[in-house]
Amino acid sequence: MSDGRPDPDQLLSRIQEEEARAARGKLKIFFGASAGVGKTYAMLSAARQAIEAGKDVVVGIVETHGRKETEALVAGLEVLPRKDVAYRDKVLTEFDIDGALARKPELILIDELAHSNVQGSRHPKRWQDVEELLSSGIDVYSTMNVQHLETLNDVVGGITGIRVWETVPDHVFDAADEVVLVDLPPDELLQRLKEGKVYLPHQAERAIQNFFRKGNLIALRELSLRRTADRVDSQMLEYRRNKLVSPVWQTRESLLACIGPGEGSERIIRSAARIAAKLDVPWHVIYVETAELRHLSGAQRQRILKSLKLAQDTGAETASLSGSEAVQTVIDYARDHNLSKIVVGRDHGRSWRLFYRSFADRIGKAAPDLDVIQVARKEGAGDRQRDEPTDESLFDQLKATWQSFAMSALLCVVATLIAMPLHTVFDLANIAMLFLLAVVLAAVRYGLGPAVAAAFLNVAAFDFFFVPPRFSFAVSDVQYLLTFIVMLVVGLTTAKLTAGLKFQARVASRREQRVRALYEMSRDLSGALLPEQIAEISQRFAATGFEARAAIVLADDNDRLHEAIAVPGGVPAIDIGICQWAFDHNAEAGCGTDTLAGSSLLYLPLKAPMRSRGVLVLEPRHPRRLLAPEQRRLLDTFARLIAISLERVHYVNVAQSTTVQMESERLRNSLLSAISHDLRTPLTALVGLADSMFLTQPRPTQQQAAIADSIREEVLRMSAQVNNLLDMARLQAGAVKLNRQWQPLEEVVGSALKGMESVLASHRVIVKLPEDLPLLEFDAVLMERVLANLVDNAVKYTPPDSSIEISAMPTDQYIEISVEDNGPGLPPGREEAIFNKFERGQKESITPGVGLGLAICRAIIEAHGGMIRAENRSEGGARFVFTLPQGNPPVVDANDEDPMAEEARP
Amino acid sequence: MTKQPIVLVVEDEPKIRHFVKLSLESEGCQVFEAETIKRASIEAGTRKPDMVVLDLGLPDGDGVDFIRDLRTWSDIPVLVLSARTAEQDKVAALDAGADDYLVKPFGTDELLARVRAQLRRRSRLSGSVATAFEFGDLHVDLARRIVERSGEAVHLTPIEYRILAYLISNANSVLTHRQLLKNIWGPSHAEDSHYVRVYMTHLRKKIEADPSRPKHILTESGVGYRFVM
Repeated sequence: MSDGRPDPDQLLSRIQEEEARAARGKLKIFFGASAGVGKTYAMLSAARQAIEAGKDVVVGIVETHGRKETEALVAGLEVLPRKDVAYRDKVLTEFDIDGALARKPELILIDELAHSNVQGSRHPKRWQDVEELLSSGIDVYSTMNVQHLETLNDVVGGITGIRVWETVPDHVFDAADEVVLVDLPPDELLQRLKEGKVYLPHQAERAIQNFFRKGNLIALRELSLRRTADRVDSQMLEYRRNKLVSPVWQTRESLLACIGPGEGSERIIRSAARIAAKLDVPWHVIYVETAELRHLSGAQRQRILKSLKLAQDTGAETASLSGSEAVQTVIDYARDHNLSKIVVGRDHGRSWRLFYRSFADRIGKAAPDLDVIQVARKEGAGDRQRDEPTDESLFDQLKATWQSFAMSALLCVVATLIAMPLHTVFDLANIAMLFLLAVVLAAVRYGLGPAVAAAFLNVAAFDFFFVPPRFSFAVSDVQYLLTFIVMLVVGLTTAKLTAGLKFQARVASRREQRVRALYEMSRDLSGALLPEQIAEISQRFAATGFEARAAIVLADDNDRLHEAIAVPGGVPAIDIGICQWAFDHNAEAGCGTDTLAGSSLLYLPLKAPMRSRGVLVLEPRHPRRLLAPEQRRLLDTFARLIAISLERVHYVNVAQSTTVQMESERLRNSLLSAISHDLRTPLTALVGLADSMFLTQPRPTQQQAAIADSIREEVLRMSAQVNNLLDMARLQAGAVKLNRQWQPLEEVVGSALKGMESVLASHRVIVKLPEDLPLLEFDAVLMERVLANLVDNAVKYTPPDSSIEISAMPTDQYIEISVEDNGPGLPPGREEAIFNKFERGQKESITPGVGLGLAICRAIIEAHGGMIRAENRSEGGARFVFTLPQGNPPVVDANDEDPMAEEARP
Repeated sequence: MTKQPIVLVVEDEPKIRHFVKLSLESEGCQVFEAETIKRASIEAGTRKPDMVVLDLGLPDGDGVDFIRDLRTWSDIPVLVLSARTAEQDKVAALDAGADDYLVKPFGTDELLARVRAQLRRRSRLSGSVATAFEFGDLHVDLARRIVERSGEAVHLTPIEYRILAYLISNANSVLTHRQLLKNIWGPSHAEDSHYVRVYMTHLRKKIEADPSRPKHILTESGVGYRFVM
């Protein structure tokens, strides 16, 4: 990269980007600092200009908020009717995406990009509707405020104290083709507000007091200006990259953000997103599940999943990993993915711990070469999210483990009972060992919490029952305090270690289970020969692996989906419309996705290497579980395996039918050549024997010679008919394989005329081929047959001494070849019918033939991709014209123009 | 021709064999018959024929294999009788070493004309080598490298000259595109048959009176060319 040459990968991705963009519609965003700056007004004005420029513009959805100036602008524009959506007991109106797609204007206006759609709409967010419009090639004008930008959301919330929940991911904003900043100085905005131009008067007063404080407005204006400037900046960079103005090539460093179960994960993700966007690098977000983190409350788990989802939506790669040591896992991941910067939340509140080192420090120590960026975790003042575990989840945890605690207490009692009779025999130190053993057992059997409890209980029991003075917690000898401390520390440490190991083992066995399940499934799939078998195997695996019912909907040859493959377990109630959508857009739909999240079913397109094969439909019992990244990955692998198997089955079928086709073709060919041999052999003998009459002694009389001659003539004529019939049979059976080669037309004209010398004796033939006629690609034998048939036809239907002309003329993409005569011409109205089989110009005429010649010509010409027609010449006579495609003839470098004296080899 | 030419006829159909024999004998040839490849190999080895007339479809194998075997030890002319229309079979036979072919059904006149031409070529090859040829209004002297048309020199490019010389030395035989490519351009060009066609067109323009109805360089569609004087 240092040599200033463009990185090919980068160039390629840029070309791909440009191609994708060319087919997509263009997005223009009118961007403002706050409501009331006139975004909608600016958008409508721009739309009016577009209409004047002759564009087909439709108003998709525009909120005028009762503003008169805006309403005046909307008047006269075509407005798409809104769709009624029933929500609870109300009927709400919403933007009608299907209507827009059906109307398919060149440009559509969609106000308020950040709007959340009413539940039950196709997409949860309006910007997703816009994405779909863009991908179907419609240009979109839209509006949004700075506070709606996902990564600035919390900043704006901090400034204004008002947090909005409708946001637009930054990548949508950054991917917009144009951003128009609609700016209005705060004073003017306030003036407009007071005049009631923004809100109706009674709303205005409240708004001024809350949101539209001058300080807020200045800050928001600065934010929006800066964000737009950032965009312009990155456009400049992009431009430089495109134009190769300077050899500035960034190394593609990437960013890794780590989140934990604690609060502030979303804040970390937003910060990381901003940093990544500034650096223009890809970024990853990971969560490491360690032994310590396994006892999280349900709410905390949910929050982690939510954070990962947010990260995914903001454009990050996400992963949920498990490992014993978070630091090492993070570093390994960073190294594997070549990520050089690690973003972590700043630790706080733990500085009292003596040897405690923050997470960032530990990463820094273990991997000195990685950059560590610490960011604040705390949310802005306005909207701290409380995340205490709910009572319910605490209760869950208690319920799950109170038995374990009871058992570890029992262990303590057992240890005490065993130690009782022994303490007279053994030293106190050995009694302590016994209690330690009980702690280890509790740790191994019941996990960390009970083990900790056991450690404390055992120390207490040891003190109470055995340490003098006995049956009192008082301690006579100070040295026992050390014994207690050591016992407690050893107990706690072992408890922690064993619990960690147990967790590892569990994780490993779960992973193994998954891998085994996948392995078994792929083994089963490799044996499947029918789509039904694949559906059944998927059903089985989905039930065990995901606790879900599965169904497969296959696409037919026209990419239409009909119904699921029936399996013994029954299939869920599938919405074929959603299936089709998922298949057409090659995107997942249904629960847990961006499209129709309200559905209880998940629709995954089955992407195979060659093309998508259909859709996998899952009805999960616990839809939330499928949101976990590793589950999603497993699901993707699952879908992929099914898709590949379906493709394999498909190609097995294709191969089989090809074999059958080849076999039947071979049979047909051998049958035809057997018939041809059997018919021709006697004919050959007949001709030969008739000829040999002349060789007999004594020589035949004149009369006998005449008979022999006519036998010969008739046999030859019959042979020609047999040839015609066999050729027609071959052409019709599709048994003729064109042997197409590039060659001059002149050659085949010459050989056709040569073969007909005897027939042509009574006619004049004129050949007019242009000198510069290009080479044509055709089957010489068949083309000779076409010319011979046409010339033969001309000879048959014209009186002696007529002339036959063969000429050629290049047209746009074809060469037009005509054979014409100056005879009586074709019977009028039958110019087309004569090409039919067994059709003749004149019924029952004395001219011999069965009417196959022209049908054969037509079949041959059409096989060559040309056309043939017949017409009467205005000056009298018939004209047959056929065309052959010009194609791209090969170049022959006739590079040997030296005079012959010097060269030729001996 | 002092000696009676010996012709071996290999054909499994008795009636055809019979009339071929009849016509050849009327020409003054001594004819030996064979109806299988096995028999034909023995006859060819013992009778020392001057020429073979061979049917391609024989009960115990493909005639092309027989030609290949024959060519390992003999260069006598081979005339192929083919009942098949498939050009590939003819090309295969010619590439294997056959000199000419005749499509069934054929008359005795055609047969005899072809046989005569081949026998003549053979006697010429074995006798003194002629280097000057006259055909139509052309005069070609291979020894002096002169091509003249009605007394005027015709300018040929090196490749055109080589093609003409090769055609003349194989007059009356059918030459496949592959044979021409191999002999004129060398083995690496064996698939570029449009080269041959383009040069043939040029050559025809220089030596034929009417290139679209040639008299000397005849096209055998789908197979190759035949040069007749």
